[in-house]
Amino acid sequence: MSPLRAVLSGDPPRTPALATILAAILFGLAFAPFLFPGTAALNVSAKICYFVVLAASYDLLLGYTGIVSFAHTMFFGIGGYGAGLALYSFGPSWSAILVGTLAALVLAVALALIVSLFSLRVRALFFAMITLAVASAFSILASQLSSFTGGEDGRTFRLPETLRPSFHLLTEPFAVNGRILAYYLVFFAALILFLLMLRVVNSPFGRVLQAIRENEFRAEALGYRIVVYRSLASCLAAAAAALAGVLSALWLRYTGPAVTLSFDIMLDILLMVVIGGMGTLYGAVIGATLFVLAESYLQNLMAMVSQATAQVPLVSLIFHPDRWLLWLGVLFVLSVYFFPTGIAGRLMTKR
Amino acid sequence: MSDVAAKPGEAPAAAPADKAPAKPALPARRRDLAPLLLLPVLALVALPLVGSLSTWATLTLSGLAMGMIIFIIASGLTLVFGLMNVLNFGHGAFISVGAYAAAVLAPALTGLMRADALALNLVALLALIALAMAVTAVIGYAFERAIIMPVYGQHLKQILVTVGGLIVAEQLIVAVFGPVQIPLLLPAAFRGSVIFGDVAIERYRLIAVVVGLAIFIAMLLVLNRTRIGLLIRAGVENGEMVEALGYHIRRLFVGVFMAGSALAGLGGVMWGFYREQLTPGMGMDVMVLVFIVVVIGGLGSVGGCFIGSLLVAVMANYTGFLAPKLALGSNILLMAAILLWRSRGLYPVTQR
Repeated sequence: MSPLRAVLSGDPPRTPALATILAAILFGLAFAPFLFPGTAALNVSAKICYFVVLAASYDLLLGYTGIVSFAHTMFFGIGGYGAGLALYSFGPSWSAILVGTLAALVLAVALALIVSLFSLRVRALFFAMITLAVASAFSILASQLSSFTGGEDGRTFRLPETLRPSFHLLTEPFAVNGRILAYYLVFFAALILFLLMLRVVNSPFGRVLQAIRENEFRAEALGYRIVVYRSLASCLAAAAAALAGVLSALWLRYTGPAVTLSFDIMLDILLMVVIGGMGTLYGAVIGATLFVLAESYLQNLMAMVSQATAQVPLVSLIFHPDRWLLWLGVLFVLSVYFFPTGIAGRLMTKR
Repeated sequence: MSDVAAKPGEAPAAAPADKAPAKPALPARRRDLAPLLLLPVLALVALPLVGSLSTWATLTLSGLAMGMIIFIIASGLTLVFGLMNVLNFGHGAFISVGAYAAAVLAPALTGLMRADALALNLVALLALIALAMAVTAVIGYAFERAIIMPVYGQHLKQILVTVGGLIVAEQLIVAVFGPVQIPLLLPAAFRGSVIFGDVAIERYRLIAVVVGLAIFIAMLLVLNRTRIGLLIRAGVENGEMVEALGYHIRRLFVGVFMAGSALAGLGGVMWGFYREQLTPGMGMDVMVLVFIVVVIGGLGSVGGCFIGSLLVAVMANYTGFLAPKLALGSNILLMAAILLWRSRGLYPVTQR
């Protein structure tokens, strides 16, 4: 097995088209600070990085195990609050990040275990509703405990010195400051987490998850205890989502309900995974990239089209910049019907 | 054998009905009364904790009224799930649409709404409700045809597609009405409170109780005393069998889905008047509560949904008074407790 195949856990993108797109995304993200100057572009790149992890961890549940959870933002939020509140209360140090991350991981896995044991025992449908209820209770809790979490305003905190913009590692031949170091921390952590998840879904454990997705009864008849496997998958996904939350907190230097816990983010993740392609982690990469790019740039593009067609009444209304989520929603519904495997699945089928 | 095969049409007529031995009476349906006791028990437990009788009565009554509104919203969801095995996450959109439909018509009825006569106000309210229900029923028809029909029997896709429908519907409301809050003011006669001794109850909550009870009784009557209700209940038990008996179950599905949507629209109007302001996301906000209610009641059960709504609302009121910090988690705790007792909800619908 070639080293590249080994890194990709023997599951490389199967067609040249998909491989090219993924390589382009990887290349763009790896050299983002030098390719796309400006803070806005770097923000978008970092956001893509941690949303790739978040969407991939959600795909572990939705695409590989076939269970719908609406509590994924809760775990994302636990990670964000874990790192953020630790940095806020213990001051900017690496040990604070470590403590916060560990605490968040423990809490996320424990909560995921409790929720799964409660609801996966009965039927997968219950899981969707119960996770929705638990997640909303958690987000209300987070904004209620305002003395601890900062309430609706959230918490702003400082990072360790090496990650601050004022820190300069290099000035020649190109400037590398703390912000760029922080970006690469997010990038490599996201890359490693993604490859780990790829390892998980291509392990025997991942195969069992897919077997459960395809046919629950048959998997059970073969002797696999589906509740155990589903709960484990749910815990793994929760842990990965919490780590994505840590990365987001490190990048944003802020944590609050609007950026981690809100139901809108849950819908965003759903859009990413389904449009990108369920059941393949590469789909999560494409979905997250596409969505974050659309969120950041599509509105500008639509505003331009809308202005250019201001004379044509209906067209300018359709391309109104606030309508971008509407069109993504329509795309979502259409892709569930017509491209159930999403963009990645479409690109993977050889003709 | 050959006789019957030759003249199948006459077979029922030829059966000697009068000579058949008297059928043994069917065993009486097993009645499960334990969940009915939950609410009185909860209220009695709360009484000494609250301490004052008038406070307790106020809390209980306003909780019951709130529970009625939740029931109206949730009943449509549970009915649709029971018959069609479709969990409609887009139900929240119908709540918003119903409320917005009422807000569109409301300015036209300003005269009736501001009039100082109860009858005129009632006419206005009924007109708004009728319009909202009609609009949501029509949209429900389109929703069923376009969004849900292709994914019958596939739960994962149903959840995804109905969530997609929810996103699109919410964004359409934003596109038409803007993302800001829209006021929906109560008619004049429904403002203020009625006072019985020490107990003050908002008038609007009384209206909610009347409407909620009317809907509940109407649903029970339709489901248990009419032919349509018989078919629906049979369809819940075994849809294929109903189809094999020659009934067009798809048509029944559409009808029930429209009814469920109309109920969501009605709930939306009630909920909108309760909040007196509308936001595009209002339906989704209340859906969390609705799902908790439906899970507590047992997916697909109307009676369970009724008990669940009242329990959740009353429980929220008591905890809000006794331990405000806990109030927001009370629903989850209640749900956890009920699921520990009956893991499929109070009245689980069979076979599912």
